[in-house]
Amino acid sequence: MRTGRSVCFGLVPGVVEVDGLMKVFRVPEREAGLRASLRGLVNRTWREVRAVDGISFTIDPGEVVGFLGPNGAGKTTTLKMLSGLLYPTAGEVRVLGHVPSKRERDYLRRMTLVMGNRNQLQWDLPALDSFELNRAIYRLPREDFARTRDELIELLDIGDLVRKPVRNLSLGERMKVEIVGSLLHLPQVLFLDEPTIGLDVTMQKRIRSFVAEYNQRYDATVLLTSHYMADVEALCRRVIVVHHGRILFDGDLVALTDRFAAHKTIEAVLADGERITLQVPKAETSRATAQLLAENEVHDLTVEDPPIEDVIEQVFISS
Amino acid sequence: MSVGALPQASRARSMVDFYLTTMRTQIQTQFQYRAATYMYTLGMVAEPTIYLVVWTTIADAHGGSVEGIGPGQFAAYYIVWTLVRTMNIVFTPFGWEERIREGQLSAQLLRPLHPVHYDLGWFAGHKVPWLVMYLPIAVVLSLIFHPTLDPRPVEVVVFLIAIWGAYLIRSLNHFVLGMVTIWTTRASAVFQVWFLAELLLSGRLVPLPLMPQWSQTLAAWLPFKWTFYFPIESLVGSMSTAELVGGLGMQLLWTAIGVLMVAGSWRLSVRHYSAVGN
Repeated sequence: MRTGRSVCFGLVPGVVEVDGLMKVFRVPEREAGLRASLRGLVNRTWREVRAVDGISFTIDPGEVVGFLGPNGAGKTTTLKMLSGLLYPTAGEVRVLGHVPSKRERDYLRRMTLVMGNRNQLQWDLPALDSFELNRAIYRLPREDFARTRDELIELLDIGDLVRKPVRNLSLGERMKVEIVGSLLHLPQVLFLDEPTIGLDVTMQKRIRSFVAEYNQRYDATVLLTSHYMADVEALCRRVIVVHHGRILFDGDLVALTDRFAAHKTIEAVLADGERITLQVPKAETSRATAQLLAENEVHDLTVEDPPIEDVIEQVFISS
Repeated sequence: MSVGALPQASRARSMVDFYLTTMRTQIQTQFQYRAATYMYTLGMVAEPTIYLVVWTTIADAHGGSVEGIGPGQFAAYYIVWTLVRTMNIVFTPFGWEERIREGQLSAQLLRPLHPVHYDLGWFAGHKVPWLVMYLPIAVVLSLIFHPTLDPRPVEVVVFLIAIWGAYLIRSLNHFVLGMVTIWTTRASAVFQVWFLAELLLSGRLVPLPLMPQWSQTLAAWLPFKWTFYFPIESLVGSMSTAELVGGLGMQLLWTAIGVLMVAGSWRLSVRHYSAVGN
């Protein structure tokens, strides 16, 4: 099901334009055991895995889009194709007018892919030295580079971290430093793959606000995958939900909840302190609330949509 | 400042800047592991010293020389050998498996620069601390083994060019070899065959004149000789100026072949790359 915008190749250029994108991996397959190993020596069997199965979407300049789905849904594979790391099996992709798989220098200078477990920093040296290397790689004039570097360091508040050898940083600290390293060339498009994975709540919040600030300040376009719905809720008005390589939903986060949340949760605190929690069908919310208020002396009452995790689970079930 | 609006420095200037920055970064890294660098340098000296002792003993047993090569010439050959070997250290094809698995190749692919430049710059910087530490060791070895070494100025100049030529050829060859890992995850067997051929046909194990004629003929058609034997001989041997220039020409030819091989196989390999790691 696609409820979002349509792909407009050649009509209204988006920053990211994807049409019928597909990636098929050919993976060897065999049973366990010695006999199967021997058989595999002469007769190897292969299986085709459609990691991404004909997806289409467009992202406009300055949008922050959440790319959601369970493990193995095809999110990272899609990001790798958009960033030029993987060659698509079929379909068309254009990012900033470039075909990513051509890996043109002009394109690579204007985008970045940040992966939660990627390490582009020199392990034994302070991050400032790695930044300096990035300056040389991206051919940045020293003055511009110094200004951007200091601005990003200030934005993420890592002034005291960048002088320590990277090996002495914690996971969260390293992630923040990695992000700064990935943005020194001020990319117009950010592909963020689980940027807050494994981080504590405070660190997650800091990275979220940093991404939001970068988006605002530089009008950058962001496509973000995350299993933390707090990331998505804080940053993305629009979400694309994928499952088994296909798009199940593409539209506003609010619309996702409206469409797929079958229930609402009513929580009431009564006069005697008793707490009541009711889960009611969405259509019944008004009637149930009225009945609750009429039959009880209520001190406090809240009506909430279910958590976004539950909504997305509902999307998968309905698919 | 608007996003993506940072100006670029000119290409030639920025490449020089990139190489110098990468070398500087690697020298700094090397100094983080001083003990390891000392040990590695000593390890590097062990191999040629063993060869030297063996050949000196054989020469003594044969009345002072083997095929006209005396102990002083063996000493010169293997002392210079170590210098050439140090220059010849490049990113190993065996490292490609980790490079892919750990996501380092993906990180490099995202940068607007061919990864071969990174390897070249990185290992050029890598050898600076080793060379600095090897020079006093070379003096000690010279005092012990008394090398016969009296190069002409032209030989010194050719040697200084040839060791960088050797470095380039070996880097490019190993880059091509390493890319096999993109096609098959267990490429070690291919690498072993390559290294065995290099050991025998480069002058690394034995000076080439001591090898059978057929293997010398074979070596002339392969790149290995131009990465070990030629740079060493350019300094310690008695090659004519024409032979020295011809040798540099052969290095140029093998460098050009290496560049073409890297360019061609890189295009195919990147298309096949599945970014299985990170």
